[in-house]
Amino acid sequence: MKLEFRNVSKIFGEKAAVDDVSFTLEGAGFVGVIGRSGAGKSTLLRMVNRLGDASRGEILAGGTDILRLKGAEKRAWQSRCAMVFQQFNLVPRMDVASNVLHGLLGRRSTLATLFSLWNNEDIARALEILDRLGIAEQAAKRAEALSGGQQQRVAIARALMQDPDIILADEPIASLDPMNAQVVMDALKRIQTEDGRMVIANLHTLDTARRYCDRVIGMRDGRVVFDGRPDQLTTGVAREIYGADASFTEAATSTAIEGLAPDTEYAAALMGD
Amino acid sequence: MSLTDPNLTESYLAMTRRKRLYGGLILVVFVALMASGFKVADARNAGGFFDGLHRIFDFPAEIFSEAFAKWQNLPSRFIDAVPALIETLNVAAVSTVVGGIGAMGLAVLSTRGLAPWPRLIPVFRRLMDVMRALPEIVTALVLIYLLGGGPVAGMAAITLHCFGALGKLFSEVAENADLKPVEGLQSVGANWFQRIWLGVLPQVAPNWSSYALLRFEINIRASAILGFVGAGGIGYDLKTALQWGQGRYDAVVAIFALLFLTIVAVDTISDKARSRLVRGGKLKEGRL
Repeated sequence: MKLEFRNVSKIFGEKAAVDDVSFTLEGAGFVGVIGRSGAGKSTLLRMVNRLGDASRGEILAGGTDILRLKGAEKRAWQSRCAMVFQQFNLVPRMDVASNVLHGLLGRRSTLATLFSLWNNEDIARALEILDRLGIAEQAAKRAEALSGGQQQRVAIARALMQDPDIILADEPIASLDPMNAQVVMDALKRIQTEDGRMVIANLHTLDTARRYCDRVIGMRDGRVVFDGRPDQLTTGVAREIYGADASFTEAATSTAIEGLAPDTEYAAALMGD
Repeated sequence: MSLTDPNLTESYLAMTRRKRLYGGLILVVFVALMASGFKVADARNAGGFFDGLHRIFDFPAEIFSEAFAKWQNLPSRFIDAVPALIETLNVAAVSTVVGGIGAMGLAVLSTRGLAPWPRLIPVFRRLMDVMRALPEIVTALVLIYLLGGGPVAGMAAITLHCFGALGKLFSEVAENADLKPVEGLQSVGANWFQRIWLGVLPQVAPNWSSYALLRFEINIRASAILGFVGAGGIGYDLKTALQWGQGRYDAVVAIFALLFLTIVAVDTISDKARSRLVRGGKLKEGRL
């Protein structure tokens, strides 16, 4: 799978959310996109999935410009390029297995949807995927009854049901606690290495980017300001990406559990001692 | 205790006095308007409100005294009215179902964020306004004139009104639907119909059914009234019995009682069903 961004821009009113972005992704890697809020990370990912249109430029996938696709061709592309959202975006009142089966909708007719006919092989595959992510026993529960981490795994299962070439993850762990965040990131990493799918994830913590990514793209004000290996992501580079001054320290925002020394002073202050 | 600005208390008290003064003035104007309006209306009346007041209960008393005298007729009068009641209920049920299905379509077409053609939203909204503004009885009279009397004209009239009335309520519910599931389905390549069917419908179904049940009650009353203008059902029987005058008042009482009991029954059942639909799962967890 080769994904080539050529001078892609997205303009909201006067402001460019994504400003003349060009880079090429190839093969089955884990790509992290980092940058502060409003840097254009989400806008970029949503353009790839065609949830939002670009103002200029082209994104080539296997030679076709996916930004020009319309109707059935656009839906076919969307079914090849799955998306995982920060807020999971499941149908809360429907059961988990149905939510996973929704991954097939891009290839199904309206009439079949109306009568909600899923064949037994599809259902079996949905349950297999849930089992692989360790939540098969939740299959019959309503999606809204699950915890955030479980819901995000259901969302990943829906993505896998699409059997996609690319999985786009828009801040997949931003609504989760550190434990669940690790479970979800591990699941995404496994999918990328075991299945050989490309994963592009917007991340908002540097330690996650360093730990899981093969390549990191740093964005600031809609432009790509860093593109390299995670080990090249020094504090100086991070300061530039986040537009921070010398007072910026990673430890303050880190979500890694083992990386944090217990701060007895802070704890004492909180307890009112 | 001292405020940083001593004038603060004074200015707040002045504001309170001003508010009370305005409130009192508005009350005086309101009472004056009501009183003068009533006098004008009563002066234009053919009879006179206070002259006729003591006679208001003469007619019901006449009906009830006759029905009471012929009490042994009541059971058979009840049974006579049942087929007409079934017709009335049928008209109400069919109009609610057909009207509800139409309203679902109109609601989705006129809701921001869900409409496939956002520019046509005002068109569909005005269309519903027109259908809501047309009273059922007017539509029914026109249809009876064109198609002849009978339940079909009544059904068409109620259905048309239902499109507008339920469509508006459905659209308001749909406006509050969470769009995240819809976006999730869009990301897998689902088409518009699939997004609405699987992403919106499960969310709005309890509230939509609740409104449809409420509309069913209203439609029973409407269907009974339409009988008066020739759309069949229990209303027609009631009208003939009333017009007959003395001698048929036992039938009038039987029909009224039957209608009352039906509406109470439907109301009770739908009340329970609606509270289960809307609060359903949450009630079990012990909170509202």
